[in-house]
Amino acid sequence: MFKKLFAWLDEHLGLNDLYKAVLDRPEPKGNWWNTLGSASLFLFVMQAVTGIFLTVYYTPSPDHAYDSIQYIMNVVPYGWLIRGIHHWGATLMVLVVFIHMIRVFVTASYKYPRELTWMVGVGLLIMTLGMGFTGYLLPWDQKAYWATTVGTSIAGTVPWAGPIIEKALRGGPELSALTLSRFFAAHIWMIPALLGGAIGIHLYLIIKHGESQFPEKQD
Amino acid sequence: MAGSEHLSRREFILGITAAVGAFITAAIGLPALDYLIAPALTGTSSDAWIPLGKLDGFEVGKPILSTFTRSKVNGWEKTVNSYGVFVLRKSQSEVVAFSNVCTHLGCRVNWQADKSQYICPCHDGHFNIDGQVVAGPPPRPLDTYATKVENGILSIHFQES
Repeated sequence: MFKKLFAWLDEHLGLNDLYKAVLDRPEPKGNWWNTLGSASLFLFVMQAVTGIFLTVYYTPSPDHAYDSIQYIMNVVPYGWLIRGIHHWGATLMVLVVFIHMIRVFVTASYKYPRELTWMVGVGLLIMTLGMGFTGYLLPWDQKAYWATTVGTSIAGTVPWAGPIIEKALRGGPELSALTLSRFFAAHIWMIPALLGGAIGIHLYLIIKHGESQFPEKQD
Repeated sequence: MAGSEHLSRREFILGITAAVGAFITAAIGLPALDYLIAPALTGTSSDAWIPLGKLDGFEVGKPILSTFTRSKVNGWEKTVNSYGVFVLRKSQSEVVAFSNVCTHLGCRVNWQADKSQYICPCHDGHFNIDGQVVAGPPPRPLDTYATKVENGILSIHFQES
């Protein structure tokens, strides 16, 4: 029964070919530093899942953001766990993505034919930082408020276009409900959509080119 | 080894991985489920006598809509709900209080004096002056509140679980 079902699905989806290409591909001799890309992917999925759960109770409005988070932390069963994973997972993801980049740099894995994988990866790092920046405002406490005041002010120091960038980020001249809701939109829709797409390209490129051999002495 | 009655290394690793995976899934999944359905598992109950005014203020033989509000804390916010009661004074001393919530799917019914019926605008449920179903989909008569009269003041017994 299951074999028949699997055979039918395999015939239509090519599951075996997919398995061979994605999970059963030949790997050069490596070590634990090679696992950081997978770790980043795992953290991304974990952040997505816990983030979706948080939106069940979180309310992106200055009147309710702080109270809704207090409610998640103190009243909702395991709310502290879900938010705790999201909070610490965010810090960990930035760390892991960054160390992953350093590993790729040190082993010279960004060279031909993997330049595009590196370039997309740089985009992934920037988007990860963008997730951190936008997510930091959402608790709407003093730390969040002033961190975003400073962060958007820094964006405002860009020559010529600075004031426009600052106003666009804030949704006006100062921090307000508009800032909170646009940071929320960026945090849960815009950046994750781009991030997910870029991860897809990044993974496709890795599967297409295979993983790089560590350089030898004569390289 | 294939065909051997001993577990091969590959089978052992596969089994361990599946067991650990199942444990982690349960350890994360069950709290996550609790997190999602928590509002359905916790309830607030309310039990109070609500004064609606002097009994003599209600005309005999004619349903009068009386309203009151109750507030409660939902999540991090206080919610104020309004309720409607049709008070029907049948005689000088006899009084009935109907909830204006249609027993079909919870819309609010209106009293139509020309037809002498409570009519629900959502799915055209009709109730007669005593709250009995006359036409349409409602499965049971209008709900009633217990009433009492003290010092000439009519009160209804509001209960919610």
